Amino acid sequence: MSNIGSYDERLEGFDWNIARDVLDLRDDELLNIGHMASDRICKRGMGGKTALIWEGFGDAKKQYTFDELRVLSNGFAKKLQDAGVKPGDRVCVFMDKIPALYISFLGILKMGGVAQPLFSAFGDDSLEVRLKSAGTKAVLTTQKHVKKVRKIRQNLPELEHVIVVEGKPEKLKDGEVFFDVEKESPVQEFECFVSDEDTPSVLHYTSGTTGQPKGAQHAHGSVLGQALTASWVLDLQDEDIYWCTADPGWVTGTSYGIIGPWVLGVTQCVLDQGFTSARWYKFIQDNAITVWYSAPTAIRSLMRDGTKLVKQYDMAALRHLCSVGEPLNAEAVVWSEEAFGKPFLDTFWQTETGSMMITNYPGMKVKPGSMGKPFPGITAAVLDLKTNEPLTEPGQVGLIAFRPGWPSMFREYRNQHDVYASKFVGAAADAKPEDLRNDQDLWYVSGDRASIDQDGYYWFVGRDDDVINTGGHLVGPFEIESALIEHEAIAEAAVVGKPDEVNMEVVKAFVTLNEGFVFDDMLELGVMNFIRKSLSPLAMPQEIEVMEKLPKTRSGKILRRYLKALEWGEDVGDLSTLEDD
Amino acid sequence: MEEMKGIILEYVVEEYLDEDDDDEVGFDSPLISSGIVDSFSMVSLKVFLEKKFKIKLPDDEATPEAFDTVDSICVLVNKHLGK
Repeated sequence: MSNIGSYDERLEGFDWNIARDVLDLRDDELLNIGHMASDRICKRGMGGKTALIWEGFGDAKKQYTFDELRVLSNGFAKKLQDAGVKPGDRVCVFMDKIPALYISFLGILKMGGVAQPLFSAFGDDSLEVRLKSAGTKAVLTTQKHVKKVRKIRQNLPELEHVIVVEGKPEKLKDGEVFFDVEKESPVQEFECFVSDEDTPSVLHYTSGTTGQPKGAQHAHGSVLGQALTASWVLDLQDEDIYWCTADPGWVTGTSYGIIGPWVLGVTQCVLDQGFTSARWYKFIQDNAITVWYSAPTAIRSLMRDGTKLVKQYDMAALRHLCSVGEPLNAEAVVWSEEAFGKPFLDTFWQTETGSMMITNYPGMKVKPGSMGKPFPGITAAVLDLKTNEPLTEPGQVGLIAFRPGWPSMFREYRNQHDVYASKFVGAAADAKPEDLRNDQDLWYVSGDRASIDQDGYYWFVGRDDDVINTGGHLVGPFEIESALIEHEAIAEAAVVGKPDEVNMEVVKAFVTLNEGFVFDDMLELGVMNFIRKSLSPLAMPQEIEVMEKLPKTRSGKILRRYLKALEWGEDVGDLSTLEDD
Repeated sequence: MEEMKGIILEYVVEEYLDEDDDDEVGFDSPLISSGIVDSFSMVSLKVFLEKKFKIKLPDDEATPEAFDTVDSICVLVNKHLGK
């Protein structure tokens, strides 16, 4: 029997307080995610239960119980507190998927800090933009990644502490502190910061069409939404061995790769190793994984290696599969039934929503290719593209929108209130964030388009803006264009998403060259590597096309939509504002 | 063959490792499964091989497994060089 039972019955009289019932959480208990994911689980008699099974490169393996998680996260909390980090300060976690990432994340929350996880493949430019925007006070990193912090530290006056948690202490430079929590004296007791549902918890950066990435600020109250969806959609149960393949540098990796499973006291696995199909299957087999939450890009990569490879491994323990990050195509759903005997269930949500919004459910009929239906308690609609009124006819395409107020909803874009307000249809520009997120007359607009069929299932159509979804990660064209023109050969740049069989979209750049440069194979490669190193491998253009000049409006604005339409073989639309033909 | 291995290894070390990285990378060191080269960065490595050796590597052969070591990359390149 699944946790959700009947989806239709759960809709009736739904109240978010049911999340407290699922957690068995009394009103007078501390609502601090760090505490709830470790101390509280131990208090409930599960201290000896395995919390984390970790495997890395070269057969490295480690396991931690919830009690070890409690003590080690206390260690991080105390270290930060002793260093002078205060509640509300932003503490960046910048490392690979090593145990210290997961443990320090809880430690930051326990002492009242705001955890700011960043993808470890980010180059120094991407890192600088996000640390500067956040006014980050401390960075927790490793010897491998501290080099990128060193390059930009002089540009970050608010960054006071660089704490290296793994590597060789003798490799550190002045102003850096080494702290291997597992070699320090255990901190058995730590008094957690008394947070409430609106206390800032996690700061995730997400890309938009214009401007630099925005910091979506979440709060400790998000745990209610994350726990309930982890229970009802991922169907996590006490005896499960769960694997979320996402990196905590992105929201899935924290909401469902740390918070959801651990506040429910569920054992989770982490594989910190590059992707190969055989390695993933062996990981599932060796750890008898029962619930697997992955991404369409990974699933399509597995598909390329065929079902024959899957059959060489024992997948018998797997009982439930879910997917997130981009639309899951029908072929992948059908293939997973053939390969694993069960379908991947698609889930739709985003950095800003903090938890799942439209999903498929255990026991509910799966329509391959569909996003599923809104989670109980979530009022969703697709809005007319012109009037912003909810569409009522099945099959009409509009903007996916939600009535605000669910527990995991982001509280603000850091220092960008006007952008936050612009996400709510009909909101006054000067409305306060707390009013916006509680106003049931407003619609929060997701930036994605979909239609609804006659049975109430949602069907993803595409983004409503120029943001590129590559391998389930959103990449902002502006950030890449800005970096491209930093290259000595590039005069102007426009970046769009290009269709890709595995990653859904990849980055394609259109550029004009500065005088004296000739575009050849080596220059193309040089530009690709320039972006890979300064921003990230995700942002690296997979193709670069040189143009005599970029298409522009008469006012001089580059027409990205025109280039994108050409790439996708779509109608290029009204070109009356084009500078010339 | 040895010359080709040397060229590819030099490129990998120069482009994917930092100067003070402690990683010892040899012809048989895992590149993809160790995380030195991630799946997105494989594209730039593929472009390098195509440009350097004037070949075209089909996408369905440019797999993480085929790119996992300098040795395995050389096997793939040689195949397309007709060797």
